[in-house]
Amino acid sequence: MTQLLDKPLESKAPPSPAERTAHRRAFLEWIAIHSMGVAAALFFTLPFLFVFLTSLMSDSQALSRDLIPHTWEWDNYRRVFDTPGFLTWWRNTLFYAVLGTALTVISSIPVAYALAKFRFRGRSLALMLVISMMMLPPQVIIIPMYLFWAKQLDLSGTLWPLIIPMAFGDAFSIFLLRQFLTTIPDEYLDAAKVDGCGDLRTLLKVVLPMAKPGIAAVALFQFFYAWNDYFGPQIYASENPGAWTLSYGLESFKGAHHTDWNLTMAATVLVMAPVILVFFFAQKAFVEGVTLTGVKG
Amino acid sequence: MSTVKTVNTASTYTLRAKHRRSTLRTLAFLSPWLIGFSVFFAYPLISTVYFSFMHYDGFKPPVWSGTKNWTYVFEHYPFFWPALRNTLWLVLVMVTLRVAFGLGVGLLITKIKTGTGVFRTFFYLPYLAPPVAATMAFAFLLNPGTGPVNSILEKTGLPAPGWFNDPAWSKPALTLLALWGIGDLMVIFMAALLDVPKEQYEAAELDGATPWQRFRYVTLPNISPIVMFAVVTGVIQTMQYYTQPLIAGKVASGVIQGAGTQFEPGYPDKSTLTLPQLVYNLGFQRFDYGSACVVALVLFALSMAFTALLMRRKGGLIQAGER
Repeated sequence: MTQLLDKPLESKAPPSPAERTAHRRAFLEWIAIHSMGVAAALFFTLPFLFVFLTSLMSDSQALSRDLIPHTWEWDNYRRVFDTPGFLTWWRNTLFYAVLGTALTVISSIPVAYALAKFRFRGRSLALMLVISMMMLPPQVIIIPMYLFWAKQLDLSGTLWPLIIPMAFGDAFSIFLLRQFLTTIPDEYLDAAKVDGCGDLRTLLKVVLPMAKPGIAAVALFQFFYAWNDYFGPQIYASENPGAWTLSYGLESFKGAHHTDWNLTMAATVLVMAPVILVFFFAQKAFVEGVTLTGVKG
Repeated sequence: MSTVKTVNTASTYTLRAKHRRSTLRTLAFLSPWLIGFSVFFAYPLISTVYFSFMHYDGFKPPVWSGTKNWTYVFEHYPFFWPALRNTLWLVLVMVTLRVAFGLGVGLLITKIKTGTGVFRTFFYLPYLAPPVAATMAFAFLLNPGTGPVNSILEKTGLPAPGWFNDPAWSKPALTLLALWGIGDLMVIFMAALLDVPKEQYEAAELDGATPWQRFRYVTLPNISPIVMFAVVTGVIQTMQYYTQPLIAGKVASGVIQGAGTQFEPGYPDKSTLTLPQLVYNLGFQRFDYGSACVVALVLFALSMAFTALLMRRKGGLIQAGER
């Protein structure tokens, strides 16, 4: 604000009336734009704030219409952690998210590389199929998939039906990585070939180091996907509370603490917090990834 | 003469070997996806078509039932048409508002000169909130009895709707939740807006164009591919809309999963039903796998139609990604 106000004053010659109106208009525009910005910021942040404030209310106050806690009950968070199962859900979610992300990245890189840099017949068809897979609602194929995992492999009640497919390439990750890899100039690959590198060595030694931002974006998206996934755990893990994830367990938490909005909101904060923390550490990679495709969400 | 011939065959031989090697190399690199495509896409898709003509409850072996499942879903299943109507509503209202609001917030962030980074982070954060947690938060915020939104509305003398508990307001409430998580569109529009050539704005200004004219004749034509991209991906996302309407209905109705409880989706009064919820309802609550597959195929046809639109258009998905 000060910067903007200072600028007009810096000019040495006394401002002409025309200049003065221009400055005044610029200043009014600044005010208008930034008030709109503040209004929008309130819309985006107040829900977080209300949820957080309610999570600190006492049981009785949470039932009232108050916005601000009379007493700050930090103990609510301990009570959430003490809920049977809550820590198991955390562990399961981390397991699913970390292992799933690792498998996705490892299996998607070679596929994305081939689609980006190899010339072969059927390449555009393969790319079209990848995009179709990416756009496919998971519910379309869930009946045969469930029968396959539950009846043939007897894996229902675990998260394996969600993790194992990630070892075979994830369409969205392949697509995003392919978009990224096509931006790497072919000259680097040719130079590696002249130096006697095979395809695998070229990929590992030349391409991967250059593709780090793309890989980071893919890993983040996949981590968030697993963290947020509700439908998958609902289908495969619902029968076994020992395999529930946070997103799935949170809802049953609400059921068990029917009217305790304070505890439910504390649990909600605990589910949101890790994602937001990860975002703050990896903001750049994330925003880059969104601009790269802007599809998953 | 003979030497030339040998050289010739030798070179075709090596060429062929080279070709075979490169095919093998391609297959090797693609192999994870080739397996994934066959086992987790092609096979279940064909299988879904097969089951849509079978009567199957998961216990007794499947029996051929012709088009019975299809007529059941289209003519007798009470959830199908409400779900389709809701989807149409969401496409017309939610997608339109999301694109308009995303573009508005994108424009705003390109105009903000002070504290841009802070504003951008604030605007973006809600997009990251896990859907279950975000829906739970909104179910609380919009709770007609104890929620802060209605208590503020009443204090200011404005009407306080029933939100997730009122069939007429449940979809607007979901739209509000969707507008809150606009971060993805904001980032895409922001990038597109910053790409509009500055000279065009300068030229328009020299011609005395008003701000609206500048937006209408310079900004909009430049970003129209991105607007189309946002609309079509928005429609595809609406086809997949599952977690938010389901959780909103469950929390508002007070029926939560647990031993012996069965939540009929769509609370209140079928107003939050979407197609993916029908697959779950038919397959995993009514154990009518055949009819579930019929709904799945309708969902498939709709999603693929819009995906084709996305790929066919000049400047479709791939180009938008490569910008």
